[in-house]
Amino acid sequence: MNKTAKGPLSRLLAAPHILWSVLFILIPLAFVAFYAFTDNDLHFTLTHISEFFTPKYLGVFLRSVKLAAIATVICLVIGYPAAYFISRTSPNAQKVLVVLIMLPMWTNFIIRTYALSEVLEVINNAIVYLLSLLPESLVPIALDPKPDIVIYNETAVVVGMVYDFLPYMILPIYSVMSKLDYRLVEAAQDLGCNGFGVLRKVVLPLSIPGVLSGITMVFVPSISTFYISNQLGGIFLIGDIIDYYYYNNNHHFAAALSFVLMLILLAGLILMNRFGDDEKEGKR
Amino acid sequence: MNDNVLVRLKGVSKAFDGEPVLRSIDLDIHDKEFVTLLGPSGCGKTTTLRIIGGFVSPDSGDVEFSGQRINDVPAYKRHVNTVFQRYALFPHLNVYENIAFGLKVQKVKKDEIDRRVKEMLELVNLKGFEKRHVGNLSGGQQQRVAIARALINRPKLLLLDEPLGALDLKLRKDMQKELKRIQRETGITFIYVTHDQEEALSMSDTVVVMADGAIQQIGSPTDIYNEPINAFVADFIGESNILDGTMPCDFKAKVAGHVFDCLDSGFAPGEKVDVVIRPEDVDVVDVKNGMLIGTVSGVTFKGDYYEIIVDVQGFKWMLETSDFVAEGQTIGLHIQPDAIHVMKKSEYSGKFGDYSTFSDEMDHLSDVVEEEE
Amino acid sequence: MKKNNFLANFYMFMVFFFLFAPIVVMILFSFNAGKSTSVFEGFSLTWYAEMISNEAILEAVRNTLLLAVTSSVISTVLGTVAAYGINKMRSPGVRATLMTITQIPMINPEIITGFSFTLLFVFTGTILHFSETFSFWTMLIAHVTFSLPYVMLQIMPKLKQMDKSLPEAAMDLGCNPVQSFFKVELPEIMPGIVTGLIMAFTLSLDDFVISYFTKGSGFTTLPILIYGEVRKSVKPDIYALATVIFVTVLVFLVLFNMLSTDEDAKAKRQQQREKARARRKHAKEAHK
Repeated sequence: MNKTAKGPLSRLLAAPHILWSVLFILIPLAFVAFYAFTDNDLHFTLTHISEFFTPKYLGVFLRSVKLAAIATVICLVIGYPAAYFISRTSPNAQKVLVVLIMLPMWTNFIIRTYALSEVLEVINNAIVYLLSLLPESLVPIALDPKPDIVIYNETAVVVGMVYDFLPYMILPIYSVMSKLDYRLVEAAQDLGCNGFGVLRKVVLPLSIPGVLSGITMVFVPSISTFYISNQLGGIFLIGDIIDYYYYNNNHHFAAALSFVLMLILLAGLILMNRFGDDEKEGKR
Repeated sequence: MNDNVLVRLKGVSKAFDGEPVLRSIDLDIHDKEFVTLLGPSGCGKTTTLRIIGGFVSPDSGDVEFSGQRINDVPAYKRHVNTVFQRYALFPHLNVYENIAFGLKVQKVKKDEIDRRVKEMLELVNLKGFEKRHVGNLSGGQQQRVAIARALINRPKLLLLDEPLGALDLKLRKDMQKELKRIQRETGITFIYVTHDQEEALSMSDTVVVMADGAIQQIGSPTDIYNEPINAFVADFIGESNILDGTMPCDFKAKVAGHVFDCLDSGFAPGEKVDVVIRPEDVDVVDVKNGMLIGTVSGVTFKGDYYEIIVDVQGFKWMLETSDFVAEGQTIGLHIQPDAIHVMKKSEYSGKFGDYSTFSDEMDHLSDVVEEEE
Repeated sequence: MKKNNFLANFYMFMVFFFLFAPIVVMILFSFNAGKSTSVFEGFSLTWYAEMISNEAILEAVRNTLLLAVTSSVISTVLGTVAAYGINKMRSPGVRATLMTITQIPMINPEIITGFSFTLLFVFTGTILHFSETFSFWTMLIAHVTFSLPYVMLQIMPKLKQMDKSLPEAAMDLGCNPVQSFFKVELPEIMPGIVTGLIMAFTLSLDDFVISYFTKGSGFTTLPILIYGEVRKSVKPDIYALATVIFVTVLVFLVLFNMLSTDEDAKAKRQQQREKARARRKHAKEAHK
């Protein structure tokens, strides 16, 4: 009954955007696929793709997955309670806290990461100093030359990822929780749930969509980062390799790496959405 | 009524996604008339209104306005204004700006706009509300703004799509009177869509009863009530007992095994017919004086009368009486010749049974369904 | 309950300490008298003076603002028009597909989005024999593309929430479809458009990765400049610059928040006044 006399004209308004999307989203991605399967003379080849699966690059890839996964889990563990606490404060306090969470996001991430490396350096020095005060027999590592405990290693990279992407975990979870109907919590308390029971039985299931989008928003930039790993850890992750070959004009191999990374992430995303849907089904 | 036809629909049909909504409607609407399109949800009344307003174009048939075919005239070029179901006031504008909207689009001079908005606010009793934000108004006030916003353009025709649907009962009654007054004062033709038969009967000059995408009957409220054309109209307008009967000859109707005197004629001898008898037209009498004898199976107190259900040979009648009768009591029914209305058989015959399943609760349920639509 | 609150507060304090410690270090060392970013040698404003007189930094600021303004305006206009058109489409399948494609740059790793632009521009540049493919224009295209989904996701819900009979009411009152769009529909979705514009602006301002892959030699933005500086050796002037940006964003956010709470409060007060007025009127009538 609600059909209006809308001409085809108003629907044509989407045309410029469709054209834009094809030109600047789909075609560039097609280029990635095309370059991944061709050599410098644009002949078909599987060399670049198969090189990805050699131990050298597969190792880098698995290391990226491992560090990004650890960082994502830590973000979730730190971010979930933070989001919950924020959503429980007064509306005005919520506004202030959300601004505070977003503020670091608006500070250039390269400077932030660099400053973090300075902080980690200081912490490292402090730890080494404290260790040097202990009797030598109790210290498990050699203090000379100065060891890198929280800097220039994988730990530092994970700390950097958590530091840079924690807001991306907190904000989506918070936004789901802030919309959560508080009457549900009261109903659960009324039905005999204690504080922890409410969290587990009511808040947790309802916040799953926020958690899923938080996981994506942390994991994707973590696995593909190409500055944090180098600056903080002095190590190479998959993003650094892509950057390296891009920088050295080996576009075909960079495309092959990008292509495989994209496919794997896509598969992961589809799996996760499936999981999210199952969650919803289960609730019904 | 005059012969001055303002709107004429000729063989108008419309289907949505292959589902026919209007089946070849013919309708004349005269100047200065208050016409109501009445029917259950899905009967096509709103679509008819939207075709006249220009929001839906008919698949076939013609729409004429003052004798001109306007099928292809877009809504914004028609001299017709609409009061929408949920008012559709512009939330970003205040009361004054909402009412002035149409005139501003037409680039009318500022001082004339001022004058006419003032006039309108007076007409709808909203003086002093100019600067108010429409979001802060009550339902009734929003309704008045919607009417003023439409009327300020001095349309020849005002379309009202269930305008009182969102108001509570008391306010509805007030607004009905108010609308009737405004229509009389302005002399503008109103086409009013509703599913509320009481509203239709109390306000209209002409009622158009619609069902299943077709017009069932057109007439004055009294005509429609007293002389329903078929079982559908009889059932939809007011309460009615609809019985199978025959016409042995003119002025006689045989119903429930009894031959009644009646005022109807012109049927073939022995023709099968539907007979309508309104609950308030049946007198409750002693058994010995009764034309029909029945047992009371239900009594509901309605304030100034009792509504009773009477079982006569297995057919449950609904009656209204001011004297108390007890459940289980046997009573006689007496029916005057002018209380009997005979109708030709139609596709709706037999669809409306007796009152054996009737309950007030069911009535409310069907109301809720209509609200949602 | 009290203990719980204390724990929660302490926890939040630790989270914010973690998030802000490097920023505090950054601000502190921007006032360093010495050249180091790790040893504080006393308070001075030298680096701020240095920054203001550094032509490269000033030019990067100008470029960044130019890019942010143009790309956010273009993506807002394009996104608004597109959201309007997509919303009018009948087939839910087509609508969903278009929205999914639009959101690819939001989900895809930035490095891949950026690199895919590189490939596109290199290829077209080679075919068309451009001497200098990468420029302001390539960055502009990239920035518009990645901010589009954010803009559209702000506007789409506003369009869906809008009462469908509002445009009809406008046409009923004599507006043609174009007038109806500008006088009624646009004001209705304006809050979404403004939020979208602000988001696009800040995203462009802060973007490094995609800019890095689409930058031209003659056009440097702040994040690119900072990346270059950090690779050499960081002097406190970069900290001074970041501090200025940080304070600007802070002031901007606080103002934005105060304005919006102000509006809310105003609306609330207005409502209360009107309620009181209605009550007085009621009482008067009852008195009669």
